[in-house]
Amino acid sequence: MTAGSNRFGAAIGWLLPILILLMWEVMSRLGVITENVLPAPTEVFAAFLRVLKSGDLARNIGVSSWRALTGLAIGGSIGFALGLANGLSLLSRNITDTTLQMVRNVPHLALIPLVILWFGIDEGAKLFLVALGVFFPIYVNTLLGIQTVDPQLIEMGRTYGMDRRALFLRVILPGALPSIFVGLRYALGIMWLTLIVAETISASAGLGYMAMQAREFLMIDVVVLSILIYALLGKLADSFVRLLERLCLQWHPAFQKTARS
Amino acid sequence: MAKPQLRSVETAPAPAPPAFSFQGVSRRFGAKSVLSNIELTVPQGEFVAIIGKSGCGKSTLLRLLAGLDQPDGGQISRAQTQPGQSSIRIMFQEPRLLPWARVVDNVAVGLTGLAGRAEAKARAHDLLAQVGLAGRDGDWPSVLSGGQRQRVALARALIGQPSVLALDEPLGALDALTRIEMQHLLGRIWQTQGFTAVLVTHDVAEAVILADRVIVLDAGKVALDLAIPLARPRRHGHPDLALYEQKILAQLFGDEAI
Repeated sequence: MTAGSNRFGAAIGWLLPILILLMWEVMSRLGVITENVLPAPTEVFAAFLRVLKSGDLARNIGVSSWRALTGLAIGGSIGFALGLANGLSLLSRNITDTTLQMVRNVPHLALIPLVILWFGIDEGAKLFLVALGVFFPIYVNTLLGIQTVDPQLIEMGRTYGMDRRALFLRVILPGALPSIFVGLRYALGIMWLTLIVAETISASAGLGYMAMQAREFLMIDVVVLSILIYALLGKLADSFVRLLERLCLQWHPAFQKTARS
Repeated sequence: MAKPQLRSVETAPAPAPPAFSFQGVSRRFGAKSVLSNIELTVPQGEFVAIIGKSGCGKSTLLRLLAGLDQPDGGQISRAQTQPGQSSIRIMFQEPRLLPWARVVDNVAVGLTGLAGRAEAKARAHDLLAQVGLAGRDGDWPSVLSGGQRQRVALARALIGQPSVLALDEPLGALDALTRIEMQHLLGRIWQTQGFTAVLVTHDVAEAVILADRVIVLDAGKVALDLAIPLARPRRHGHPDLALYEQKILAQLFGDEAI
């Protein structure tokens, strides 16, 4: 594929959303969709300008993003560390894996009442929930990645005299990386989902708070705006990981041709 | 070393010191005996082919030689190597290249612990040229053909200047024409570098065209130890080769007509 046709391929993906937006606008203008069900895109855009000017938007996005990324950093690094430990050491796996698999089967959002009792409605509660949510996809996929590294390559590394450190850095970690990235992308989805739920239930700042506040005052345009911004942030995070993937997995046949996304 | 080497009666030229020798080596897996009481001494610089039907223990023998497995009985002794030289390298049926390392870095893996990064890269570059892959240093293994990947694996095995190169059916997965090409390459490199080569193969023609000596394994024992004193380079389809091939096939299959 040439660069030109690739750019065309990327552009064509935006055609449908734009079309839907136009249809939505037309239906609103014609009165098919009434204003107290769904405001027109232009009104949502007006609301966007309003909260942008008042500074509310930037503040709330900032608060939400900080919660999301801090939770990801905490839960992700614990999941990654345990995934490595359990992938490399049978003893560690025997001790912890059964417990982790049991905890994994509890939906983390079911813990909200308990978490509110523990942490109140402070930042701690949200960080805890996000961290717990992102922990499992990263743990499971790191462990899987390490376990599925080709044993023939490990044997090759040993016959060429690699010590444990070299074997890990040159064979095991690069081999597990594609799977770790899959885990990271799952985790990002769960990260936003958890945050939306947590912020909607109890918060004094953040995008979810902005949406709930708007609902109190029947400002449907701001509610819709909050939802759209969540979608945008989710897409942004996913695109960032794809970029990272393309940089780190250049060797992978799937990334050598132009990406098929 | 200072001791004068006096041999009283000698008709043939002095044989090279042994590269390795198996003394009464046995290996069993559970109740099944795979190798029993193997006696085999290979002088330095010799090209030995080990041939036999599936399950005759030839791969086990190679793994024992490479130290990937330990014998249940007997002893394996190997010659000392100089510093900076690897004692034994094994080349597998699959290339086993690291998909995430460029070709030149894959070859440099062969110098792990023997040379620094920069020196390893420079030597890898030279060796790639020797195996006919000049200019492919920066490629990912995934863009190479099967034969090219096996060339990279060969370069990786040779870069440490091993005293013994063990080859576990390295050409088995290649197509017939690529295999002939690789046999020539292997023969040529063996002649210039002078390492001891141990080739495990299914292919009688391949064994005869490359080896100084063919060992036929049957049910975990050495069934035939045949010297092939033909001049090199040997050509495919030469009648002398056919004679040796027949001898080996007769050993493998008895009197059944082949």
